[in-house]
Amino acid sequence: MFELKFNQDLCYHCNTQACLTKCKFMDIDNATAKNEILKIVRGEDSFVLHECVTCYACEEYCPYGNHPFYLIVERQEALGITPQPLPLVKRAINISIPFRGEPEINEINGPVINLGAFSQLKNKIQGKLFDGLSIISSDERKMFHYFCQLMYLHYGKISLIKERLPNVISTITKHKPAEVICFHDECYGAYTSFCNAYGISVPFRPVHLFEYLFSRLIKLRDLIKPINIKVAYQRPCSSRLCPDKHLYVNRIFELIGAVLVKRQFSDENALCCGLTIQGQKKEGSRKRALEIQRKNIEDIEMAGAEVCVFNCPACFDTLSIKLKERNIIPTFMSDLCRISIGEISFNDIKMSG
Amino acid sequence: MDSIYNALCDIVGKEYCSNLPEEIYIYSYDLGTAEPKKPDYVVSPRTVEEIQKIVLLARDKNIPLVPLGGGLSLAGLAIPQKGGIVIDLKRMDSIIEVNERARYAVIECGVSQGQLISYLKKHHPNLTHSEPGAPPAATVAGNIIIHGQGDLAHPYGFSSDMVLGLEVVLPSGDIIRIGSCALGSGWFTIHPLPDIGLFLGWCRTTGIITKLSIKLFPAKKIRGTGTFVVEDEELIPEIIYKITHTQIPEDIIVYSRAIPPFAKGLHHITVNLAADSEKELEFKQELIWDDTLGEYIKNDLGGYLGFTKELERPQISKTSDYKKGGGFEYVGGIMPIDTYPQCYIRGREISEKHDIPYTVTARIIGLAHSMMFAWTYAFNRADEETIKKAREALYETDELVIELGGVIWKPGIYGQRLVMDRLHPGTKNLMKKIKTIIDPLGIMNPGNWELL
Ligand SMILES: Cc1cc2nc3c(=O)[nH]c(=O)nc-3n(C[C@H](O)[C@H](O)[C@H](O)COP(=O)(O)OP(=O)(O)OC[C@H]3O[C@@H](n4cnc5c(N)ncnc54)[C@H](O)[C@@H]3O)c2cc1C
Ligand code: SF4
Ligand code: SF4
Repeated sequence: MFELKFNQDLCYHCNTQACLTKCKFMDIDNATAKNEILKIVRGEDSFVLHECVTCYACEEYCPYGNHPFYLIVERQEALGITPQPLPLVKRAINISIPFRGEPEINEINGPVINLGAFSQLKNKIQGKLFDGLSIISSDERKMFHYFCQLMYLHYGKISLIKERLPNVISTITKHKPAEVICFHDECYGAYTSFCNAYGISVPFRPVHLFEYLFSRLIKLRDLIKPINIKVAYQRPCSSRLCPDKHLYVNRIFELIGAVLVKRQFSDENALCCGLTIQGQKKEGSRKRALEIQRKNIEDIEMAGAEVCVFNCPACFDTLSIKLKERNIIPTFMSDLCRISIGEISFNDIKMSG
Repeated sequence: MDSIYNALCDIVGKEYCSNLPEEIYIYSYDLGTAEPKKPDYVVSPRTVEEIQKIVLLARDKNIPLVPLGGGLSLAGLAIPQKGGIVIDLKRMDSIIEVNERARYAVIECGVSQGQLISYLKKHHPNLTHSEPGAPPAATVAGNIIIHGQGDLAHPYGFSSDMVLGLEVVLPSGDIIRIGSCALGSGWFTIHPLPDIGLFLGWCRTTGIITKLSIKLFPAKKIRGTGTFVVEDEELIPEIIYKITHTQIPEDIIVYSRAIPPFAKGLHHITVNLAADSEKELEFKQELIWDDTLGEYIKNDLGGYLGFTKELERPQISKTSDYKKGGGFEYVGGIMPIDTYPQCYIRGREISEKHDIPYTVTARIIGLAHSMMFAWTYAFNRADEETIKKAREALYETDELVIELGGVIWKPGIYGQRLVMDRLHPGTKNLMKKIKTIIDPLGIMNPGNWELL
């Protein structure tokens, strides 16, 4: 089985304990943080393992890339601490079992875009920006063959990821892709951060959607008409696994002339959408999730955004109705880019929901 | 020339009458596993008077009559077992009156669920009716006649509990009215005149309902569905008891099925909530998810999966077709809630025995006074062997309903026999007498409820 590459010496000598002191869900001072992270390193129980809402953020907070969050989930599993109640864990385990037969493998020998478990979002990858890309996982009935499995980080089930991810990688590899553009941050995080941390080999080159969109927009520069609208960005938890790609948000916005509004909860200080929190076992979780959503929505509204852009379909589903109630248009980054090159309008987005 | 065909054409007009093989064929089967049987004629009347004339013709010539709404009730209920005339009622589609303040609608028998919903949305956004999970082309009358249940069944009971008045053409050709409309005083109540419960649940063997008045209910501004997941089936009766004690939900459904895999071995309890404001919604959510179900979450026995606004209606028909081939039929049993664990376990066994991925669904009726428990069996229309397996599974399930102390809902012919064999002799006798008085020639839907 694959082992986490975690350097405990770094923690012994670390001065910041940023992984825990920056945590937005626990109020921890340096001394406590040091104590608790070392307990976790030694495999002992810690209140952190019980209080963690699995927001992924400490993966980004650790200045040494030491994977504290993966370690937390390892220990949660070892000690049988599941953040979610058991029926939801069982449901989650079952959800990605493919049940409609084997995927149809065609060799592509060129760039592909992988929709993972979001085949229903094919309409988000249309037009000139995606010209020349082959789509894998376009069949809703077979998409779980392409599902990166990383969501089990929310369920204290890291062993399941280690068990299933290599098969998914092997399925994708059979398509002989030159490079794999990952529609969702979580897939990208799986094939980069997670696989690096566990020494799982990835025979293809994963590309983050934002990086891809940016390079395509550069090529289509002549078509861009500045959007000139105030747009907020809602950062998903899985973007914490690839913070180096987060800067593409700014780059894309600059290129398409969208005004990125200044939010309190942005960049490192982002707040997740709360979806994973609402069902957690800890008392008050549902209310906690609502509170997080309220904070996000008010923040977006106070920042003056007319549009809110997402990359994660789960965040989109969680927040979009609430945004619409406040006359803020929710949309995907890919659609925002398509607007900039005149392929669709905000009205189309409003109409299509 | 066929004189009956000509007579029917004289009544409804040529374009609304047929005895052409290709058109008759369409009326010979339904979506389920029942053996097809061809009618001799199909007519589509537009008025009560036309229906009356058709009935008189059938009576004089002693020809079977089978009324048809959307034809979606499955179980072969609208298949002309002994041929005769199928009366397709879809053209009887006027919404005659909606009384906003007294919350009722008077409609003709061909009005479909989809039609009523969109009419109310447009003209009376504060009102709604109890809509079943059937495809929108199902008729409101068809659902009521078979004692169906819609998405307000939890607070208000069976759809037939929501009837405020009826107009019926009897097999004699007489037109009668029941309820306040019989006094000419509007269609607002079925009580307190003497009870004439002769037309609902009789499987259209006693008359053709032409108009009806139904209760409407407040349509709140926000409607949505929350889901709670449980693994142990033994907990379901107790959880349902607790949820219904709050008297808050509009609809409660429990389902479990082999496909898709997330639902296998788990019970998803969906709870529809409605509110006019966020404050009201959160009050209701708190009572249900936190105060009532919080202990199950804490003890690892249940999980809250979230709440989605913007109710998608109807919900059941979207998910009935996971198996290749597109066919499915279910046995519905009206069951005591306590039987849920047995219904589930035994249903799984029957499915597995017949190599069909199991699908069970329960809708709670009337504050848990009962539930409609549906065992669904999918089959491939193009594969006779799978149809046979599904049919066998359906028969075994009919027997299971009786064994577990339930009542088979809208039984097909096999289930009808099981019920008749066990019916209290006094009751059966009275029913026979009533049927003989009301339809002495037995022209109404013969072949169904034959012993009557
Ligand atoms: C996917 C699916 C989901 C379903 N979900 C539900 C559900 O959630 N709840 C539920 O209750 N049902 C459900 N059903 C069953 C059924 O479709 C509905 O109850 C539906 O409303 C029946 O209406 P219909 O117009 O199709 O009836 P039909 O099948 O046309 O008729 C029903 C019976 O009544 C007779 N009849 C019809 N009109 C008249 C009349 N005017 N006078 C006298 N007799 C008449 C017919 O001869 C027939 O025997 C579902 C069916 C499907 C296919
Ligand atoms: S995980 Fe990173 S931030 Fe946390 S203590 Fe170790 S080195 Fe420091
Ligand atoms: S994952 Fe989030 S909640 Fe958990 S410890 Fe890390 S920062 Fe805190």
